[in-house]
Amino acid sequence: MRLIQKLGEWFDLRLQLGTPIRETAEHRVPRETASWFYVFGSAALTCFMLQVVTGILLALIYVPSAGEAWNSLQTLNHGVSLGWFIRALHGWGSNFMVAIVLIHMVQVFLFGAYKFPRELTWIVGVLLLLVTLGMAFTGQVLRFDQDAYWGLGIGASIASRVPVIGPWTVNLMLGGPIIAGTTLSRFFALHVFVVPGLLISFVGVHLLMVLKLGINEWPMPGRIVRRTTYMQEYHELTHKEGIPFVPEAVWKDIFFSGFILLAIVVCAIHFGPFGPSGQPDPTIIQTAPRPDFFFLWLYALLSFLPPAAETPILLIGPAIGIIVLLALPFVAGEGEKSWKRRPIAVLTILLVAVSLGTLTHLAEHTPWSPVMDAWSSEPIPAEFLKGRTALERHGALVFQAKQCHNCHSLDNQGGQRGPALDNVAIHLTEDQLIRQVIQGGGNMPAYGKNLSPAETTALVAFLETLHPANQKPARNASQAIALDASEVPSR
Amino acid sequence: MSAENGVSRRAALVKLGMFLNGIVGVLLAVPVVRYLISPVTRQKKFGYESWLSLGTLEQFPAGQTRLATYRNPLVNDWDGETGNIACWVRRVDDQTFQVFAINCAHLGCPVRWFPQSSLFMCPCHGGAYYQDGSRASGPPERGLFQYRYKIEDGKLLIKAGEMPTPGQPVANKTGAKKTCA
Repeated sequence: MRLIQKLGEWFDLRLQLGTPIRETAEHRVPRETASWFYVFGSAALTCFMLQVVTGILLALIYVPSAGEAWNSLQTLNHGVSLGWFIRALHGWGSNFMVAIVLIHMVQVFLFGAYKFPRELTWIVGVLLLLVTLGMAFTGQVLRFDQDAYWGLGIGASIASRVPVIGPWTVNLMLGGPIIAGTTLSRFFALHVFVVPGLLISFVGVHLLMVLKLGINEWPMPGRIVRRTTYMQEYHELTHKEGIPFVPEAVWKDIFFSGFILLAIVVCAIHFGPFGPSGQPDPTIIQTAPRPDFFFLWLYALLSFLPPAAETPILLIGPAIGIIVLLALPFVAGEGEKSWKRRPIAVLTILLVAVSLGTLTHLAEHTPWSPVMDAWSSEPIPAEFLKGRTALERHGALVFQAKQCHNCHSLDNQGGQRGPALDNVAIHLTEDQLIRQVIQGGGNMPAYGKNLSPAETTALVAFLETLHPANQKPARNASQAIALDASEVPSR
Repeated sequence: MSAENGVSRRAALVKLGMFLNGIVGVLLAVPVVRYLISPVTRQKKFGYESWLSLGTLEQFPAGQTRLATYRNPLVNDWDGETGNIACWVRRVDDQTFQVFAINCAHLGCPVRWFPQSSLFMCPCHGGAYYQDGSRASGPPERGLFQYRYKIEDGKLLIKAGEMPTPGQPVANKTGAKKTCA
């Protein structure tokens, strides 16, 4: 024991870090901030440290070469003892890190922590969010599988839409004319050197400001932030009623970080590593590429934007979003901090959360995509065929053979790109059905060239049977009057 | 007086030193930037595209659309499978072809051909195209990208080498006529 003390003294005489470290650890914080609401920042840092360690471990095996990366991931998963576990830790650590960074951001937003004098802390925090998402995206590329390959294609297609410099941006992003070895190499450099370097510097500045300016006090309704008086008020709050950060507040941070690490370990063991999915071979086209969880909302958004508005929204939207986040502390740098007195702030968070949640949920089901194999793998349910005429059954055959089922569902089977057809006959008359099939429209291709008149007749005869048993199909009333009643088929 | 002179001389030396470093910095920056933007300068100087064979004409029966693959003209040894690119070849009649890029004109996902309904469908966001590559439905703003082709010695050649994107479709660059709105 005395030896350790002597060693410590020997080092401290030379390093002279003991006193500043002790002072930093014991700096006084407002009493109420020793709260479970104030643990997310340290948890995000813990996740990042886990990512650094597991990332270095993965780099011992991983080969950043387009021809070898996928094989080296297979080796990690199957050939190296517990390689799968390190991959799983890194993958789940990434998900947890993004999630905790987002929660941290929501917490500091609702607690008004971005207000004077912590504007710059918030701005660096926004940059930290961006580099964290940058890490998530570049990391997804390093898992060089089909999803990564086509994800890069999506990224390049978006980049190419930038006016004037779009094509150059694509070449710079890919490092050449196509997605290949140079592409992977530069994403490796970004993921391993550039973005982590930025992340570490931003974290340093962020933490330094938290220490220098002090942690945001617990917001009290009615306690208004004013530039002239805030510093004095905060000083009194910390020095009269404050408590030392270590050990009064830090134990909650330590417990929560431990809990998060444990959760990552449990997820890694239970769910295992992410992929890799199929080989990054662009000649294998039987694939439906999808991004990782935190980019699913964007994937969904891309299918819902109207074509004409897509490019401007894609290019201007993110810029506006970032500008709004950066401008926030300057627009609302003073005033009420408590979320109880800031209804618009609460509504904004709810709106964003519901939007992102809805889009993510939709992207997990991709109702906008044709189900590519519905025509050959999902038969028409038997009740749609019972007691039908030969013509109507032939129409059902046309329905399958011409891939109608890929986009239209019957009894909840098949694609959801177009409307479900279970009751189509009560919505459209026979003439309208024929017109819709032949000319398309309303986002449906025209089938006029691909169907013979006999096939069209059969298909429409089948569609006319799709109505509830107690409800008659739609009829054109004027047609019945104009023509002799006997000429109108009574189906 | 002499002390003041000394200080001002040192200040001047610091400025001179910084100036020197500035010049060296610029000298270093030029090659670094040229190295970084080489994918762009190379494209502008030589272009990435060249004529490639997709095989003999017999592989593509008239009236049908078939998948063909080629090795990209500019590849490195370590590119592996990523250097193999697929495309759709439609033989309209004896001498008329259409060669479509595999990449959807929306966001580049691989489109699949369905001969029964004569449609190309995209698995990502549901874009659909008719057999002549023109837009049928979904988010794409235009038809499928087309490669320029020619027939030589009974072989089908296309001019390819760069991934087509909405901002740089092959057809626009090579001057082939646009197929659709």
